[in-house]
Amino acid sequence: MDLITSPLYDAFTPTAISFVLAAIGLNIHFGYAGLLNFGQAAFAAVGAYGMGVAIASFNLPLVVAILVGLVAAVLLALVMGVPTLRLRADYLAIVTIAVAEILRLVFSTTFKEYFRARDGVSGFTGSFRSLNPLPDSMDTFLNFSRNDLWVMLVGWPLVGLILLFVWAIMRSPWGRVVKSIREDEDAVRSLGKNVYSYKMQALILGGVIGAVGGFVGAQGLASVQPDSYNLDFTFIAFTMLILGGAARVMSPVAGAVIFWALLSFLGELLTKLSSGDNPIIPPEFMTPDQVGNIRFAFVGLALMLLMIFRPQGLFGDKKEIALDAR
Amino acid sequence: MPHGPASPRPAPDLRAGPRAAALLLTLVTGVLLALLSVATPASASGDGGEEENSNTVSGTLTNTATDGSPVPGVEMIVRDAAGEEFSDTTAEDGTWSIEVPGEGGLVEIELVIDSLPEGVELRQEDNVRELNLLPGQSLPVLFAIGPDNRDVETAWDRVPGLIYSGLLFGLIMAPAALGLSMVFGTTGLTNFAHGELVTFGALITYLSNTVLGMPFVLAAVVAVVVGMAFGWAQDAGLWRPLRRRGTGLIAMMIVSIGLQFFLRNMYQYFTKGRLLSYDEYLTPAGRDVGGLFVFTSRDLVIAVTSIVVLAAVLLALSRTRLGRATRAVSDNPALASATGIDVDRVISVVWILGSGLAALAGVFLGFQLGVTFQIGQLILLLLFAAVTVGGLGSVWGAVIGALLIGVLIDLSTLVVPADLKNAGALLLLIVILLVRPQGLLGRRERVG
Amino acid sequence: MPADMDKTDASVGARAGLRGLATEPGVKKPDPILVATNVSRSFGGLKAVDVDHLEVQRGVITALIGPNGAGKTTFFNLLTGFDDADSGDRAFNGKSLNRVSASKVARMGMVRTFQLTKVLSKLTVLENMRLGATGQKGEKFWAGPFAFLWRKEEEANSDRARDLLRRFKLDAKESDFAGSLSGGQRKLLEMARALMVRPELVMLDEPMAGVNPALKQSLLGHVKSLREEGMTVLFVEHDMDMVRDISDWVVVMAQGRIIAEGPPDSIMSDQRVIDAYLGAHHDTDISELDKAALEVEAMAEIDTLKKEGR
Repeated sequence: MDLITSPLYDAFTPTAISFVLAAIGLNIHFGYAGLLNFGQAAFAAVGAYGMGVAIASFNLPLVVAILVGLVAAVLLALVMGVPTLRLRADYLAIVTIAVAEILRLVFSTTFKEYFRARDGVSGFTGSFRSLNPLPDSMDTFLNFSRNDLWVMLVGWPLVGLILLFVWAIMRSPWGRVVKSIREDEDAVRSLGKNVYSYKMQALILGGVIGAVGGFVGAQGLASVQPDSYNLDFTFIAFTMLILGGAARVMSPVAGAVIFWALLSFLGELLTKLSSGDNPIIPPEFMTPDQVGNIRFAFVGLALMLLMIFRPQGLFGDKKEIALDAR
Repeated sequence: MPHGPASPRPAPDLRAGPRAAALLLTLVTGVLLALLSVATPASASGDGGEEENSNTVSGTLTNTATDGSPVPGVEMIVRDAAGEEFSDTTAEDGTWSIEVPGEGGLVEIELVIDSLPEGVELRQEDNVRELNLLPGQSLPVLFAIGPDNRDVETAWDRVPGLIYSGLLFGLIMAPAALGLSMVFGTTGLTNFAHGELVTFGALITYLSNTVLGMPFVLAAVVAVVVGMAFGWAQDAGLWRPLRRRGTGLIAMMIVSIGLQFFLRNMYQYFTKGRLLSYDEYLTPAGRDVGGLFVFTSRDLVIAVTSIVVLAAVLLALSRTRLGRATRAVSDNPALASATGIDVDRVISVVWILGSGLAALAGVFLGFQLGVTFQIGQLILLLLFAAVTVGGLGSVWGAVIGALLIGVLIDLSTLVVPADLKNAGALLLLIVILLVRPQGLLGRRERVG
Repeated sequence: MPADMDKTDASVGARAGLRGLATEPGVKKPDPILVATNVSRSFGGLKAVDVDHLEVQRGVITALIGPNGAGKTTFFNLLTGFDDADSGDRAFNGKSLNRVSASKVARMGMVRTFQLTKVLSKLTVLENMRLGATGQKGEKFWAGPFAFLWRKEEEANSDRARDLLRRFKLDAKESDFAGSLSGGQRKLLEMARALMVRPELVMLDEPMAGVNPALKQSLLGHVKSLREEGMTVLFVEHDMDMVRDISDWVVVMAQGRIIAEGPPDSIMSDQRVIDAYLGAHHDTDISELDKAALEVEAMAEIDTLKKEGR
C-alpha cells in the first residue's frame, strides 16, 4: 500500500464506519444538546458486546442480538444520565469517562465465560455473513475483502439513514428544545419544558447511534475486545467531530473521513521515512514502532489547536457551538 | 478571565516575556525528555555487550485438600511481551521458578491445567495471569489449589493490611488530588491532563536518578521543581492566553483532553513504552507490626513526606496572604479582582503549586506502579473520584477524598477481583453524585 | 369577593378586593393566587429569605421592592422552583409548589422572566416564541422526525406568536436572531415568549433593568395590558416610578423578611420602608444587619455563578 491508496482505504473500512457513527452520536450529545459525553466508547462497547455475546454464547438470532445491544445502550445512558444530568456539565464528563472505564474493566476481567477477557468475543459473524449477496468470486476489491465489502455495503447506507433521521429530528420542535437547552437551560425550564427529560432523550439517542457503530465495527473486525473501547476511542471520535464541525448534520462524516485519511497518510509517511536500511529519519529519533505514538501525539495536538483556533471545525458555524456554556 | 462571557479581545500582547519563557521551558523539557529517550536502550537484547537483565517469576504449589502438601510435576509457562515462552515444572516440594531474560514488562503466566495430577484442581479457573514484571524483579506468583479452607477470619485478617496499604496509596494520591482541586477551584477548569503532570514527576525522577545518577532524594526534589516549572509554563504558555481570549470552560476542557492525549503519546515515545524503575529503594525490607500489617522504611518516608507537604500547603492556604487570595479567587474571581487581587498571578501560583504536588505524587507512584507513560492514565480517574467524593474545589475534601478512595480501592479486593479494584472507586464516585452531588465537604449548591 | 364586581373587567373587582385591607405584612387577601408561608433559605449560615406569610391577590399587579440584598430575587427563585427552600410551604391556585420542578411550575401557569434576560440568541425571534408554546406534539421524541405530525400545530403556534410579536412591536424582527436584539427588545421578547405559555401569573424580575426610557413607557403599557387580560403580575423592581405608576399593591422586603405591604401611596410614605431604603444608603454607621444583607447578596451572587458552572 502506498501513500495514496492506504488513506483512501482506511477512510472507508468498517472500522471507519464505527467511528463515524460514534461521532454522529457525539454530535447529538455535544453538538446539539451540549452534553459532554467522554464515554462514547462505552456505548460502542455495550453494542458490540451485547450483540456478540447474545450470538456467541446464547445462539440468539442476529435481529434479537442487535436488540440486546440497543437495550444495553439505553440502560447505559440511564446509568450515566440519572446521577449527572441535573448537575453541571463537567460532572457528566467525569461520570461518562468513569463508567466507560468501569465497563472496560468489567469486560476484561469478569464473566470470562461470556466476555472472554482479553481474547475477546468472537464467532458471532456467521449469520450476518451468510446474508452476503456478493458473488464468491469477488474475493477482494480495492484491497477490501468480500466480508468487509458486505459490512460496508450495509454500513454506509445505514450511516445515510441515521443522518437523515438526525436531520429530521433536529429541525423539529424536539430539536429546537434540545438546541435551546444547549444555550440556556434555565430559559427552557422557565417555559415549562422538562429539561432533564430532553437531556436524557438526547443522551439515549446519541448512545444508541454509538452502539450501532459498535455493531458495525464488531462485524467488520469479527471480534470484540475490551481494549478497542478504551478512552482513546472516545477521544478519536471527539477529534473527528470537532474537525468536521459540531452541530452540523454531515460534519461527523466529513470529519471522520478526513481524519482517517490524514492519520493513515501520516502513518504511512512516517513509516516510510523511518524504515529501510538507511532511513531518512534515523532510528535514534524514531523507529517504525514509534510511528503510532507520534501519530496520536499529532491527534492530541490537532484537537488542541482546532479547539483553540477553529472550534467550529472545517464546516461548522462558530455561533452554533456550545463552548461558552458553563 | 474565565468568567466574563465575552471579555474583550486583548490588543496584541506586547508582553512577550512569559510566552517566550514558556517556550524556552517547553524546549528545556523537551531536551530533558529527549535525554531520557536516548538513555533508554531501544532493546535490551540488541546490545550483546550489555549485561543481561533477568527477572524471576516463582512460586510454590500446595494443595489445601491434602493439608497443604506440595504438588509436584505441574508445568508452568511464562510468556514475555514478545511472545517468547519459558517453562518449568514444579519440583518435589512444589516450588517452581522461571527466569525471564530482558527488561520485564507485561508477562503472562500460565499453569498448564492438563499437567495437574488426577483429582487435583485449581481453586479458580484463572490458570493464566497477566502481571507487570519490573526489571530485576523477583516476582512471587500464587496459584491456589484445592478448596478454600481459610475461614472467614482470614478475610478479616487482611483488613488491617489493606487499610494500611490503602491509606498509603491515598497519601500518595492526596497531593495530586489537592493540586487538581486547587486548579479547578481557581480557574473552573476540569483538567484532564492533570494525570500527565503526575507522570512527568515520575519520569523526571527516573531521569535524574537512574540516568543521570543523582541520589534519589535529590532526584525527587529535582522532579518536583521541574514539575512546578512545567506547570508554570503550561499556565503561561497555554491556559492564561486561553483565559485572555475568553475561551469557554468546555472548550478548555476539550483542550486539556487533547493535551492529555499529546503528552501521553510523547511520554510513550520518549520511554519507548517500557516499564522503568528507579535505582534506589526498590525493595526495602519490611517490618511486621503485630501481625497486622508490614511496613517498610520507604513507606514511612513516603507517608511522612506526604503528610508534611499536605499540612504545609493546607496551612499556607489558610494562613498566608497568598492563600487567602487563592480562596478569594476560588470564591468569586470578579470580586477578588475588584478588591485588587492580581487574579492571574494567583492562578499562576496555583498552577505551579498544583503541578509540584502532582509531580510529588508521581515520584512516589514510580515505586508503586513502576515508571511508565501510563501512570497518568491510571491515576486520573482515581483523582477525579477523590476530588468529587471530597467535594469539587474543596481543598480538605480533596485530601479526605484521596484517603477514602485509597482505602476503598484496597478494601474492595476483599470482595472483587484485584483487577476490578479501581472500578469500586469509580462506582463510589457515581453513588456520591447520586446522593450528595456537592461531595462530602463541598458547599451545597443548586443543582438543576 | 364583592358582589358588585364588574364581570367584564375582572381586574377592577380584584383591585377593589384590596381596598381597605390592613397594610401589615402577611395580610390575608380575598382571592389569593399565590401563598407562601414560613419560607426560608440560607446561604452559608446567612438567611437570604425568611418570609412568614405572603399572599398575592389574583388579577392585580403586585410589586416586590426592597433595597439591594433584600432577598427579592432569591424569593422569586424559591417561588418559581428555580431554587429549593430550606423550609416552608408555597402554593399556587391552592396546589402545593413544594418540591415542584421549575418546568412544572411553568406548566401550572406561573411563568417568570429573568433579571439578566434569557432569550436564546442562537434562535430567531420567531423560534424563541414557538419554543414558548406548551404541549407541542412535535416536541415529543417519536413525533419529531415526522414533520406531517406536527406541521399544523407549528403553523397555529406561529400565528399566535406573530400576533404577540405584533403587539410587542417585534414583528419586523421575526426572522432575526434574538442575539441581535437590543436590551429592551430582549425584555419585550422575553415577556412575549412568556405569554406563549398562556400563564395565569406572570413573574417579572426587574423588567425595566437596562431598558432605555423610550421603551419603558411601552413596557409599562404591556404590563398593564396583562392585567386587563385577567393575568396576575408579580414583579421585582428598583424603578420607583414604575412601582408607583402601575402596581396595585406593593410588598417590601428587607434583610430577607417582608417588612411592609400595602397600596403604593401608603407604602411610599411608610416610615419603615423609608428607613429600610435610607438605612442601606445614607446611614454613616453601617449596622451589622446591613453588612449581613450585603453578604447575603454576595453569597447569592456566588451561588448563581456556581450554579451556572461558571
